[in-house]
Amino acid sequence: MFVLPKSLKPVKNHYCPGCGHGIVHRLFAEIVDELGIREKMIAIAPVGCAVFGYFYWDFDTLEAAHGRPPAVATAIKRLMPEKVVVTYQGDGDLIAIGGNECLHAANRGENITIFFLNNTCYGMTGGQMAPTTIPGQKTTTTAQGRTSLDGNPIKVCELISSIDYVTYVARTSLHSPENILETKRAMKKAIQNQIDNKGFSLVEILSMCPTSWKMEPYDAMKYIENVVSKEFKLGVYKDRK
Amino acid sequence: MIKLLKGNYALVEGAIKAGIDAYFGYPITPQNEITEYMSIRMREEGKLFFQTESELASINMTFGAAVIGKMAMTSSSSPGISLMQEGISYLIGCELPCVIVNVQRGGPGLGNISGSQGDYFQAVKGGGHGDCKMICLLPASVQEMYEMAIKAFYLAFKYRNPVFILTDGIIGQMLEKVDLLSLEDVLKNQFKNLSVDDYKKMFDASSWALTGCEGRDSRFIRSLYMNEGELTKKNTLLLEKYKKMEQELDWEEELISDAEVVLVAYGISSRINKDACILARKSGLKVGCFRLKTAFPFPSNRLKEIARTRKILVVEMSMGQMLEDVKLAVDGVNTVDFYGISGGDLPEVNVILEKIKNMLSR
Repeated sequence: MFVLPKSLKPVKNHYCPGCGHGIVHRLFAEIVDELGIREKMIAIAPVGCAVFGYFYWDFDTLEAAHGRPPAVATAIKRLMPEKVVVTYQGDGDLIAIGGNECLHAANRGENITIFFLNNTCYGMTGGQMAPTTIPGQKTTTTAQGRTSLDGNPIKVCELISSIDYVTYVARTSLHSPENILETKRAMKKAIQNQIDNKGFSLVEILSMCPTSWKMEPYDAMKYIENVVSKEFKLGVYKDRK
Repeated sequence: MIKLLKGNYALVEGAIKAGIDAYFGYPITPQNEITEYMSIRMREEGKLFFQTESELASINMTFGAAVIGKMAMTSSSSPGISLMQEGISYLIGCELPCVIVNVQRGGPGLGNISGSQGDYFQAVKGGGHGDCKMICLLPASVQEMYEMAIKAFYLAFKYRNPVFILTDGIIGQMLEKVDLLSLEDVLKNQFKNLSVDDYKKMFDASSWALTGCEGRDSRFIRSLYMNEGELTKKNTLLLEKYKKMEQELDWEEELISDAEVVLVAYGISSRINKDACILARKSGLKVGCFRLKTAFPFPSNRLKEIARTRKILVVEMSMGQMLEDVKLAVDGVNTVDFYGISGGDLPEVNVILEKIKNMLSR
């Protein structure tokens, strides 16, 4: 039976048709309910499409400056270790402007959880090139497709999993029901790790941006299956015991 | 307890006396004593000391601490404060309290590591993008570094807004006698009528902080207002708050009543003015001193009143920043002369005296 998670406000979805944010917002809320941590949650919304996370999640949520959620989360978690602190970030936020904050939070092994949506572009600002844009992918700032002069896609999971103090790193996708369920398992584990004081967990979620990709929602899912997930290989990159 | 301390150390003692929960800092001269001494004192007190990876992290960790209602402070020197400006604007937009300290050095660019007063515009004309205002405190002694740290936390929580302590490399690094007074005595000096209980009560953030939604509805804190008219409404409310902050106006004046020339300054420059004033009086010149203790709010009315019958000389370690505010305040009722020195050098008493003589002979 369809029920709305307690942690999800009964509001209309404002995201574009076929966008992955709505799915991940719901998964996040379901996990918070299942773990019974709604009253301990402090979530950090990014600058990007998901900035309005607080209109959806019915737990304490704040809005950080672009790229800085890992720094904000560090302070909150260190000062209130009994709370569950989760950042929700896009590719521009996490690894372009906020690369340094992410890297250093990971290197300190902060006991926080990061949900990282990789849709290979800047969705909110109209679809410009991101650090994760696929080689050859056309964006509003790479009209002829991303070239080698624009750099290669940054592989966040590969990069972050190489850091000693990092606990858990996984890359999942939203392009099919089974992948969505796998995403939920990874997200739940990343939060459970924090509850168990295991340290830094990051889940990279390959997500559709049909509007910026100029595709129908179904084609966008196929694009992840056939192209994006070939560039960004799915799997668990680190699971430190 | 009387001690011989550097200004930067006294500031740390003040913050600890206030009850600070968390300090975030990144090394930069001439404020390193704050970060270093905090690393010792905060750990002794069982509080959070954090050496950050950048000033961006410093201000955003301060934001994180503020959003959960903790008493947080960060400090830096000029270039580092430039990096913090985005975060300062977010703190103001989200109406979060914290204390930010700028131990100014020479600029622009990397400038040098001497004391300077070149960041007045940056601190006083907002501090970040958008319609921003912060109360800006101006310590002129090691004693005031101690006392104003205590005052700053209270004002930050009273208005739920960052409070800025604008000082410089000289005040920060000079050794001077300081009386590490009890909280009660500091409150007597810095506030008209404030009890220790009322001081401490101000830091109760339970009505607004994000602490998990146990026993209440969930909350969110933001600075983004996208719907038509929403931001205008928000900024109008902020403006009303800034107006209320004007009651925190503070200054000090000496030998004004019969003065023909009044020296106006803040921070270390005001100490040099004082020497110049004493020497001028000894040689029979009627000179008074006016020292700003807050830059926002700015003592416009009093300065205009003084200027009606007296000439004004602004002394500043910049090419003329506070000068513009003094001119706006004086509003043409009298001339405003200026002695500015930039690049990390100090104003000289002889030059001030020379300027006074020229002004009196005009």
